[in-house]
Amino acid sequence: MGNQYDAIVIGGGHNGLVNAAYLARAGRKVVVLERRHLLGGAAVSEQIFPGYTFSVYSYVVSLLRPEIIRDLELPRHGMQILPLESSVTPLPDGDYFAAWNDSDLTRRELYRHSAMDADAYVEFGRLMHHMARSVKPFLGMIPPDPTSLAPGDLMGLLKLGGHLRSLGAERFHALYKLMTMSSADYLDEWFEFGALKATKSASGIIGTFMGPRSPGSAYVLLHHYMGEIDGAFRAWGFCKGGNGTISNAIAAAARAAGATLRTEAAVKQVLVRHGRTTGVVLESGEEFQAPIVVSGLDARRTYLDLVESRELPDELLEQVRRFRFRGSSGKVNLALSELPDFTCMPGVGAHHRGAFSISPSVEYLERAYDDAKYGEFSRRPYMDIVFPSMIDPDMAPPGKHVASIFVQYVPYQINGGWTDAKREAFGDAVIDTLAEYAPNLKSAILHRQVLTPADIEKTTGLSEGNIFQGELALQQLFFLRPAARWASYRTPIRGYYQCGSSTHPGGGVMGAPGRLAAQRILADA
Amino acid sequence: MPGRVPHNLKTTPFHARTAPLIQGQTWRRWSGYAVASAYDWTHDREYSSIRNAAALFDVSPLHKYRITGRDAARLLDRMVTRNVLKAQVGQVQYTTWCDAQGKVIDDGTISRLKENEFRLSSAEPNFRWLHLNAFGLEVAIEDISDSLGALALQGPLSRTVLNEAADQPVDALKYFRVMDNRIAGVDIQVSRTGYTGDLGYELWIPAAQALEVWDALTAAGRNYGLAPDGIWALDVARIEAGLVMLDVDYHSSHRAMIEPQKSSPFELSLDWTVTFDKGPYNGRKALAAEKARGPLWRFVGVEIDWDSFESLHVAHDLAPALPSVPWRSSIPLYREGRQVGYASSGCWSPLLKKYLALAHLQAPHFATGTQLEIEITVEHQRRRAHARVSRLPFYDPPRKKA
Repeated sequence: MGNQYDAIVIGGGHNGLVNAAYLARAGRKVVVLERRHLLGGAAVSEQIFPGYTFSVYSYVVSLLRPEIIRDLELPRHGMQILPLESSVTPLPDGDYFAAWNDSDLTRRELYRHSAMDADAYVEFGRLMHHMARSVKPFLGMIPPDPTSLAPGDLMGLLKLGGHLRSLGAERFHALYKLMTMSSADYLDEWFEFGALKATKSASGIIGTFMGPRSPGSAYVLLHHYMGEIDGAFRAWGFCKGGNGTISNAIAAAARAAGATLRTEAAVKQVLVRHGRTTGVVLESGEEFQAPIVVSGLDARRTYLDLVESRELPDELLEQVRRFRFRGSSGKVNLALSELPDFTCMPGVGAHHRGAFSISPSVEYLERAYDDAKYGEFSRRPYMDIVFPSMIDPDMAPPGKHVASIFVQYVPYQINGGWTDAKREAFGDAVIDTLAEYAPNLKSAILHRQVLTPADIEKTTGLSEGNIFQGELALQQLFFLRPAARWASYRTPIRGYYQCGSSTHPGGGVMGAPGRLAAQRILADA
Repeated sequence: MPGRVPHNLKTTPFHARTAPLIQGQTWRRWSGYAVASAYDWTHDREYSSIRNAAALFDVSPLHKYRITGRDAARLLDRMVTRNVLKAQVGQVQYTTWCDAQGKVIDDGTISRLKENEFRLSSAEPNFRWLHLNAFGLEVAIEDISDSLGALALQGPLSRTVLNEAADQPVDALKYFRVMDNRIAGVDIQVSRTGYTGDLGYELWIPAAQALEVWDALTAAGRNYGLAPDGIWALDVARIEAGLVMLDVDYHSSHRAMIEPQKSSPFELSLDWTVTFDKGPYNGRKALAAEKARGPLWRFVGVEIDWDSFESLHVAHDLAPALPSVPWRSSIPLYREGRQVGYASSGCWSPLLKKYLALAHLQAPHFATGTQLEIEITVEHQRRRAHARVSRLPFYDPPRKKA
């Protein structure tokens, strides 16, 4: 019985690895089974063009829970977070809006666009800091079921009720607004400068099939504010070596704790006997036995692909079938002979060490959404661009560069279906749009990789290419993620658990689902 | 215009003159501007010039707003804690302004330049707050922070220097009054105000002609010991004068992260800036309730007992080590072993020969003469020296108002 374990983790994405590391540290004999040839899921670094390293899918880090970094000693295992210094939004008139890593400098920049907004910016930041702190306790807890009378659920609800009461009227009302409004409407209450509102509201649409004027998008805005680095909220960083280094560090921590990590081991099915899991069988026919099986895959694969439907209650299957994925974002990765020279900020400078946001106005974003609403990719999309080689010189050969371009909207369900020609047309739209702001871009491209949601699904297994394993929409959060009554990492099959971003608190290289699921499993044992 | 914002600190309109003078390169930040901590290597001579001759400070980083229109006085009166409607043309009022809970947002001066024209100067930006308060009023608000330079000319000989430089004599200009004047052909305003607690003036100068005025003033001051002064010297003088400083001694209620970080005017011992002899204004209700109940905190002076301070050092075979520059940090204050407050700034007063601090004390420990202990670190060990609550200002020369 060489394949006998205490726990099997399906999927070597960052949450699966976090889960395995925590279980192994608790003394469990754990194996992680990854379908691909490399670990990391959507947090991988690959040399898709020789000499040039890319964070192929996820590309920045902020939400990764600090307690995981400390518990698993990730810096000792090779993870190093470097600061992203700024965010620049080029404008069609040749000007720009920039937010720098210094409050005086940012105020001075914002002031030339709007003196009112320069004042409001500080107070808005303070309120969002409070909001992020208000929601932080939710992130670190297993969601209680509000309809349950079980002692654990009641205790959790009492704790939450007490927490909400302690917020005070001003913060509670602000939180209510964030939960119900669109990001554009919410920001309209604070600011007047269009590019500022657009760049901020872009945080509210990332990874969802919503526009900045869609109600509920304000919450996603907050979700992105919750990232903390060194205790400071709303701090974004870049992992040296790309996001694959995060996965590799977690994998190293898991290995050091005794976990076995197997690649090219695609799980075909979870084995169930008398309502209880007994292990898994691979595509190759190889079997693994364990009383605990944890799926790091998204809800659709966890429930609809890996187990036979007769093992699950109809109402759960129905909820999972309706769980919304609707991948809406793509990625363009470039190898470059030189950095893009932005018309608004000529030359190479500090701005290349930060992010560029193509979000000149809320109308621009909403129009980009309009295209997707009717089944087309945005002709002029929203983009978030970083140049990892400017932060970590190891990412490209000396003097050369890589660019990571996150693009939205690009629907999974495109009219007529995705073809190679359509993918390249989408890539052209991205490059054409960006070249309007940096005319030397086209001649600098040495290699171009274009990824649509269909490509992301095909390679990483993320259903419909949704980067969060399901939209971060309010009806899919907390005790409803991924389904009512099954938000506590358990499934109706005894011994079968879920630990991916489809569970609370959701996606974004956070690692929290993997850790919370491990807590649940260890408490159940 | 691409690339408009350079990546260095803003400079004041007087930078071309101040930059060559700063021997120790002690630049520091003030509202995003580069200003001098001291021009000499140390601030000793600069401080002396404030109390002995005349000192020239570049205070251009102050935020300045021009408020005009039919409802200009109404706007300010509903915003601040003093009665602006009563102000005469040519009068300057020092005041605080509060949120609805009666907590201080900022403090500054309001100059009534004409019947319907005011200038507000403040420590922090207030453009948005003015606009929010101006809803429905017929008023124009202009941020003139960058277009208007400001110099403070302070010290016993400041009047003499100003009279030599200016077209109009300033002898008749009373304390907290403002007048039009002209220096080197430049139309300016002179107010008899300052942050040193001494005889002194502030000059409000169009940024484009700032250097002409600087040159004329320094030429006029040559025979009177006029010295350019940095922030360290100013800090010593304002501590001696018992003047509160935003972001050092208290936090704006708009920026404070938690309630205990906010202060009311009563808690800052600025009772005299709060009037109920006027219509509704921001915070009035809360302030009235607080006045009736009595403040929970007071802002006071603290004198550190020299003998006690010295003996802590002697115990280590050391001479007493005084702070070389004024400090701005939170230092615990105790009474009979229990913490009853904290000092927020402090310095050695070269004039009074006393170690002074400005402090916040809880009721009922703030009565003048109350014996306290202040934390002092000697040879890496935390000790407590005796100290005493003192009346503010520590130093108040008659010439200030004469």
